[in-house]
Amino acid sequence: MVKFIESELDLLRREVERMWGLVYSQLEQAREAVLRSDAERARQIVVREKRVNAFELKIDSDVEDVIALYSPVAVDLRFALAMLKINSNLERIGDYADGIARFVLRSGGVSLDAKLADDLRLPEMFDTVLFMLRELQEALGEENAEKAAGVMAKDDELDRIHAASVAILADYTRRNPDRLEWSLEFLSVFRKLERTGDHLTNIAEEIVFYIDAKVLKHKNNIPDGKE
Amino acid sequence: MEKILIRDVNFWYGDFHALKNVSLGIEEREVVAFIGPSGCGKSTLLRLLNRMNDLIPATRLTGEILLDGRDIYDRQEDVDRLRKEVGMVFQRPNPFPKSIFDNVAYGLRVNGIRDKEFIAHRVEETLRGAALWDEVKDKLKASAFALSGGQQQRLCIARAMAVAPSVLLMDEPASALDPISTAKIEELIRELRREVTIVIVTHNMQQAARVSDRTAFFYMGEMVEYGLTKLIFTDPLKEATQNYITGRFG
Repeated sequence: MVKFIESELDLLRREVERMWGLVYSQLEQAREAVLRSDAERARQIVVREKRVNAFELKIDSDVEDVIALYSPVAVDLRFALAMLKINSNLERIGDYADGIARFVLRSGGVSLDAKLADDLRLPEMFDTVLFMLRELQEALGEENAEKAAGVMAKDDELDRIHAASVAILADYTRRNPDRLEWSLEFLSVFRKLERTGDHLTNIAEEIVFYIDAKVLKHKNNIPDGKE
Repeated sequence: MEKILIRDVNFWYGDFHALKNVSLGIEEREVVAFIGPSGCGKSTLLRLLNRMNDLIPATRLTGEILLDGRDIYDRQEDVDRLRKEVGMVFQRPNPFPKSIFDNVAYGLRVNGIRDKEFIAHRVEETLRGAALWDEVKDKLKASAFALSGGQQQRLCIARAMAVAPSVLLMDEPASALDPISTAKIEELIRELRREVTIVIVTHNMQQAARVSDRTAFFYMGEMVEYGLTKLIFTDPLKEATQNYITGRFG
């Protein structure tokens, strides 16, 4: 028996998947724009950011309608709530891709030294967030909570790359003092990718909540010796 | 000790096995909702709680139903006393063809109370408790049939409450009412739980979720799941329960 609510939830799922695809593409393009110092690609990302925002508003409104009109309960309610929160996290990731593109535009043609990018493990950082985004989309599609939870461990790697970037860039600016301002701006790219990892962790938690009704939020997230 | 304890109850209408090994406990001043598709046995179980099935021929009961630890199917049980302790409200309002006042006073009078002042006081108190006093205080002598459906149902609740029962059984009490009257009945249930234990049968999932502390889901005479309403409606243990409450049944 196909119920009205099932088709509504299916439409919601497809809308979130479309947004997911767009955000993935934005991050993928941001990777190329930074590594190739490609201003034209960066401009396209900034233009497409409006579409990400439009998706967010549409999905917010769709979830509101589902809750108001169909009064979902149990797994349906968890799904609607998870889509609402995933939507918000995807929008923030879209913002970071836009922020990275704007850095490329502000750099005004200054090209990125490939060796510096490698030392900073920037391509790896981009590849990790893209991998996480892909895996989580698959986990949601397959309703595989284990796969979603498994992605969360990757966030530690992003934190390590981000933490190491400060010292490497400080050393770089000592040797290239004329690029101090650029380096400070460049550091924000790492911060944005590190924050993207946090949002991907949130998405993983929402997928686990939807599938298993388990709340992972704020559990085991206090590193040793830190508050 | 549970207010009501249902232990290994089986019930038959002739050859039809309507309830199968049902066991559950209901705490005092809790609201418990029985849900499930038509014919699942929920109303049968409700009616067993004040022996409303006694008069149906060819029925058979095994197991025990205890009220405050007392077996209500014991031979010594005084059924009149039981029905005073366990009041009942039905799907359709069924006021007596009497005045509003006399409807509420009826239970008191048949229980031998003659003190007019006490009766008047109790009628007012009960009508206030049923959130009906302000609407009827100026027409207590008018026929109960002059009231709207929602008011008649609240009058029936007042009538049941007048004899101070400790348990109130409600069989789809709002299914024949409009949304405003339904909301009033639901508010009343929330209020009455301070005084009585309430067992409600409803087909309205949202109503069960709104008014009850615990929910029992029945299917084909078996109790599939019984637990805190909050858990039943967010993370039920059984797939059958989830399928039913999300409307994916059948």
